[in-house]
Amino acid sequence: MVRIDFNRLRFLVIDDNAHMRRILRTLLHGFGAREVHEAEDGAAGLEAFTHHTPDIVITDWAMPIFDGLELTQMIRQPGANSNPYVPIIMLTGHSEKKRVVSARDAGITEFLAKPISAKGLYQRIVNVVANPRPFIKTKTYFGPDRRRNVNPNYVGTERRKGGKADVIKQTALSDKVRAG
Amino acid sequence: MAHHKKNSTAVATYGDHEVITPENKLRRVVSVKPLAPEEPNPVERAEKALADLSTEFSTWMDSECERLDAARRNIATGGFTAANRDAVFHAAHDIKGEAATFGFPLVALAADSLCRLIEHSPDVTRIPIMLVDQHVDAVRAIHREYARSDATALAATLTKRLRAVTDEFLLHENRDRPDVLEHIKGPTIAPE
Repeated sequence: MVRIDFNRLRFLVIDDNAHMRRILRTLLHGFGAREVHEAEDGAAGLEAFTHHTPDIVITDWAMPIFDGLELTQMIRQPGANSNPYVPIIMLTGHSEKKRVVSARDAGITEFLAKPISAKGLYQRIVNVVANPRPFIKTKTYFGPDRRRNVNPNYVGTERRKGGKADVIKQTALSDKVRAG
Repeated sequence: MAHHKKNSTAVATYGDHEVITPENKLRRVVSVKPLAPEEPNPVERAEKALADLSTEFSTWMDSECERLDAARRNIATGGFTAANRDAVFHAAHDIKGEAATFGFPLVALAADSLCRLIEHSPDVTRIPIMLVDQHVDAVRAIHREYARSDATALAATLTKRLRAVTDEFLLHENRDRPDVLEHIKGPTIAPE
């Protein structure tokens, strides 16, 4: 079993709803986390991100000032802050296909649809910590590799040019840890 | 293809993109030690903590319903301004996301229907105020009557009717927007 030492992780929770922030804090403390910072809108979230340099960001989508999508795009600006690679988990009531694709294209690492569950949140955190994906930088995108697996039945045009880089094989950290 | 390293970040450059493997600073927190028999499972521990918090959920649900009601009253008095639209949408959207966690999953369906009505209407000022009122009243009624033995049937009847009227309105309003129609009719794909 892969284990995460939660008390060595620093979390930033950004949600305009105080009830949801309390629930997230409760779950994260339940997992064993000690350092959980909160912000109630996108602007405060960006400021808290710069100030606290969290290991993992958990953000809502719909928020005042700027939303979780815009916040993600601001964080994923190479050179604009100390950690553009930070794992971002988007927790939202939006679950339509169009929304999930928009969130992915903004550079989120994981998507978690409400209602929230302890198991769902835990799995997303384990995934971003133990199975990090490489980042892809193009003229129009900077974020985690959006290709999570190989589709042997894909017959369309290869969109990435310049070598056999269409799928980047990445050894899961959990496997690396097992191998010592 | 060219490879180089910036600090401990590996960068491979291809024709039109770079593949960047950042230094994994979180490696330090991962191990594969099995849980000791007396050691609590972290998910179970978090569920227990959430259960302890659940004594507050009914009050929280009350305040979310009041917030939605206040947003609805602002539309009735001030019309569908952008601020009023956003307020009622966010209130309904929060209920949709929280209701199941708070122990009132049946409330989420009526709130979801209200979200769809607002989100997919090309011109919200054309939404009949009565339809907004009916959604808000349904959300409040389902929550208020949750303890009734026929609450599930009541919620199903209300929600089914609201959803049918909403879909009829949205299909008419978006009749010349095939991409939106596809989106309205499409299933959700969010992973479990």
